[in-house]
Amino acid sequence: MTRIKEFPLPDLGEGLAEGEILKWLVGVGDTIELNQPIVEVETAKAAVEIPAKWAGQVSAIFHAEGETVEVGTPIIAIDTDPGAGPADQLAPSAESLAAVTVAPAEGMVEPGMTGGGRTPVLVGYGPRNGAAKRRARVTEPAAPAPPQQEKPAATVDRPLAKPPVRKLAKDLGVDLFTLTGTGPNGSITRDDVQQAVQRPAVPAAPSFGPGREQRIPVKGVRKLTAANMVASAFTAPHVTEFLTVDVTRSMRALDRLRELPDWRGVRVSPLLLVAKAVLVAIKRYPMVNSSWAGDDIVVKEYVNLGIAAATERGLIVPNIKDVGRLTLRELADAMSALVTTAKEGRTSPADMTGGTFTITNVGVFGVDTGTPILPPGEAAILAFGAVREMPWVHKGKIKPRPVTTLGLSFDHRIIDGELGSKFLRDIGVFLSDPEAALLAWG
Amino acid sequence: MAKGDVARARTTRGAKSAPAPEFVQLLTPEGERVDHPTYAVDFTDEEYRGLYRDLVVVRRLDAEATALQRQGELGLWASLLGQEAAQVGSGRALRVHDMVFPTYREHGVLYCRGIDPIMPLGLFRGVDQGGWDPNQFKFSMYTIVIGAQTLHATGYAMGVAKDGKVGSPDGEAVIAYFGDGATSQGDVNEAFVWSSVFNAPIVFFCQNNQYAISEPLERQTRVPLFQRAAGFGFPGVRVDGNDVLAVYAVTRDALDNARQGQGPTLIEAYTYRMGAHTTSDDPTRYRIASEVEAWQAKDPIKRVRAFLEKQKLADSAFFDAVDEEARAQAVHLRERVLAMPDPQPLSLFDHVYAEGSPLLDEQREQFGAYLASFEGSGH
Repeated sequence: MTRIKEFPLPDLGEGLAEGEILKWLVGVGDTIELNQPIVEVETAKAAVEIPAKWAGQVSAIFHAEGETVEVGTPIIAIDTDPGAGPADQLAPSAESLAAVTVAPAEGMVEPGMTGGGRTPVLVGYGPRNGAAKRRARVTEPAAPAPPQQEKPAATVDRPLAKPPVRKLAKDLGVDLFTLTGTGPNGSITRDDVQQAVQRPAVPAAPSFGPGREQRIPVKGVRKLTAANMVASAFTAPHVTEFLTVDVTRSMRALDRLRELPDWRGVRVSPLLLVAKAVLVAIKRYPMVNSSWAGDDIVVKEYVNLGIAAATERGLIVPNIKDVGRLTLRELADAMSALVTTAKEGRTSPADMTGGTFTITNVGVFGVDTGTPILPPGEAAILAFGAVREMPWVHKGKIKPRPVTTLGLSFDHRIIDGELGSKFLRDIGVFLSDPEAALLAWG
Repeated sequence: MAKGDVARARTTRGAKSAPAPEFVQLLTPEGERVDHPTYAVDFTDEEYRGLYRDLVVVRRLDAEATALQRQGELGLWASLLGQEAAQVGSGRALRVHDMVFPTYREHGVLYCRGIDPIMPLGLFRGVDQGGWDPNQFKFSMYTIVIGAQTLHATGYAMGVAKDGKVGSPDGEAVIAYFGDGATSQGDVNEAFVWSSVFNAPIVFFCQNNQYAISEPLERQTRVPLFQRAAGFGFPGVRVDGNDVLAVYAVTRDALDNARQGQGPTLIEAYTYRMGAHTTSDDPTRYRIASEVEAWQAKDPIKRVRAFLEKQKLADSAFFDAVDEEARAQAVHLRERVLAMPDPQPLSLFDHVYAEGSPLLDEQREQFGAYLASFEGSGH
C-alpha cells in the first residue's frame, strides 16, 4: 500500500464527466480526518462538499479553485501515515499514473493522454484512466509479423486519427480534412482538434468541409436557449411595443452620479437607470411583474431582475434577486458583478432561475432595438437599444440629442395593450427626466 | 384579462404561513410526553433507550453511505436524513411475520428488520441487484419505480387474506412505503382501490417529506394526504413523522387492524427530508434555508434525547456509548463496502430464471467466448 494516496474526482451524480473546484476547505500540510469535508465541487447537477476518503496529512493539491476537472483526475494527495517520517514520493505523483504505458496497437489512448496530469478536456469525454487497463485481445499466432513500415500519409483516403479523436472532432464540428496532424505518422491528436476549435475566435472563418457547410452540434447553452425560446414563443402570445425617448437628462444624471464621492470607481452605465426606471414602473404596475400559472396569475412583490448577457458560451440570463431591497449604489454593484460573473462563465444555476423581469441590452451591439422573446415564466421583457445622437425636436427646434429606443414585449394573456403601453410610457418618462420621475413616483 | 380578474391573482410573498398541521403526537420537539385520546405507548426504559439507539445508528450509517458516494465508492445514495423516526417507529411496530414493501429510501426500516445494512449498498455500488432474500426477512427488494411497490404489496396482502392468515390477533399484515410524490401515481391510487374493495390487510405508510425531488407538496395535493383515504373507503391518519413514539403507536394500531381483518389504513407520516432527494440532487435550488432551519428544530433524535435526559432514563455515558457504537458500525460498513468484490461478468446470467433457459445458456456461452478472447483472461 502506498502511503500517499491520490483522490480522483469521482462521478458525483450519475454520469457526469467533470466538476469545477469551487473552494478548497483544506490546505497542503493540514491534518485531516476521515470524512472531513475537504473541497466544494460544483457539477452540472449540484454543488457538493466532498469528504476526505482517508485520514492523514494533505501533501498536495493538484487543481486550483475555479478549475474544471475531469472525473477520474486526481485532485488531492493525502499522506496516510504522516508520522512515519518523510515520504519517499512527496512530489505530486500524478505523473505516476502517466507512467502507465499503452501499446499503440490498442488504439484507445493516445500517447501522453494517459496520466492524471493532462490538460482537462472541457468538452466531451476525456480518456478515462480505466481505458489504460483494457486488456489486449489475443492475437492469432499467425505468420511472423511483416517488418514495420510506416505508410506514407499520402496514401490514406481519410486523415489518420484514433476513434476517440474522430468522435471528439465530430462532437465539436471539426472537419479532420482541414487539420494537419502532429501525432505519430502525422495522425491527428486530441490537441490538434481542440486547437482547431479554439483558434477561430472570429466566426468569419469557420472550418467548412468539402461541402462548404458546417454542422455545429446543438448542445449546452445553445440547446437550452433554443428550447426556452420555442417554449416561450409558442405558449405566450407576445406583443411588442416601441418607444423612442430623448435621454439627455439621464445622461447628465449619470455624469453627476459619477462625480459623487460615494460613486467614485463605480461602473455607471445607462443600463443602471433603465433598471431603476423598470423598478419604479413595476411598483406602479405590479401586474407586469407576474407569471402565468394556468389557473392563476402569480403576481410577485419581489423583483428578480434578469440581465441578458452575451457570453462565450452563448446567451445567459442571470438575475439579481429581490432588487427592490437594493439602493441604487448596491444595484450598480450587483449589476456589474452579475455581468462579470457571467462573462467568466461562473454564473451559478441559482442565479439563472427565478427571474421575474428581464432587460436585454441590445444597444451594446450598436443596434436600435429588437422584439425580445419572453424568458419562460416572465410576463415582460425590455430591450434597451443603443444611445446615439439623433436629430430631435427640442423646444420647437431640431437639435442633436442623445436618443434611445425601448422595445417592450409582454405576455398578452396577462398584460393588455393599455397596461403595457402605460408601463412602457412610464419607463420613457423616467429616462426623459429621472429626477422628476423619482420625486413623483420614487 | 378583465380588470376584475386581478382579484384572482395571488401574491406569493409571505403567502404561506401555513398553520401547524394537526397530527398525532406523543413527544413534542422539546421532548415533552403528551397524551393522545386514541394512541398510546407503554415502553420500558430499556425500550425507550433502544429506540434512541436505533435512530442514532440509522442516521450514522446513512451519513457514512452519503460520504462513500461523495468519495466515488457508491454510484448513488438516497439519504433518509430527517426521516429516521418515521422509519424506526414504523419498523419497530412490525411483527416478525409482517411483510414490508419498501421504496429505495427505507434504510431505517431495513435496519429494524435485522437486515445487514451492507445489503442495499451492493445495489448502490452497482455490484449486485439488491442481495437479500425477501422471504427470509419479510422485506421486499428496494423498488426504484415510484409507487410500483404499493401494487405488489396489495397483491401480496390479498394473498395473505386468501391464505386465511387474517382475522385474529396473530394474523399477518403488510406495509407498503411510499412518498408524497407517489400519491400522484396511478399505481398508488389503484392500490388504494383494490386493497379497499378486497379489504386487504395492508397499511399504506406515506412518508410525506414535503418534496417529490423538487416538487413541493402543494403540487401534489389540495387536501392533506391522509384525507384521501376517506375517498377510497378506509381510514387515514396523520402522525408527526418526527415523533418515533407516535409513529410506533399509530403504525402498530393500523397493523393490528389489518391483521384482524379490518382492512387497510393510510398513515401520513408528516416529516421532512433534511438532505437531497439523492446524491445527484441539489436541494438548495428549490428550498429556502429558513424552511430547513425550521425543520431542524423538530429533529427526531434530539427530542428523544431530551426526553431521556428529562426522565433520567439515560446518562451521558449511555449517549457516548451509543455514539461510539454507531461510529463502529459505520467504520465496519465502510470497510466492507470497500472490500466488495466486483461481480464476475458471467454472473449476469445467474439469476434471470430460476431454472435457466436455452436462449440464456446460448448467450452465456457467447459472452464467455468473447471474454476468453482477451489476453490473460484465464478462461
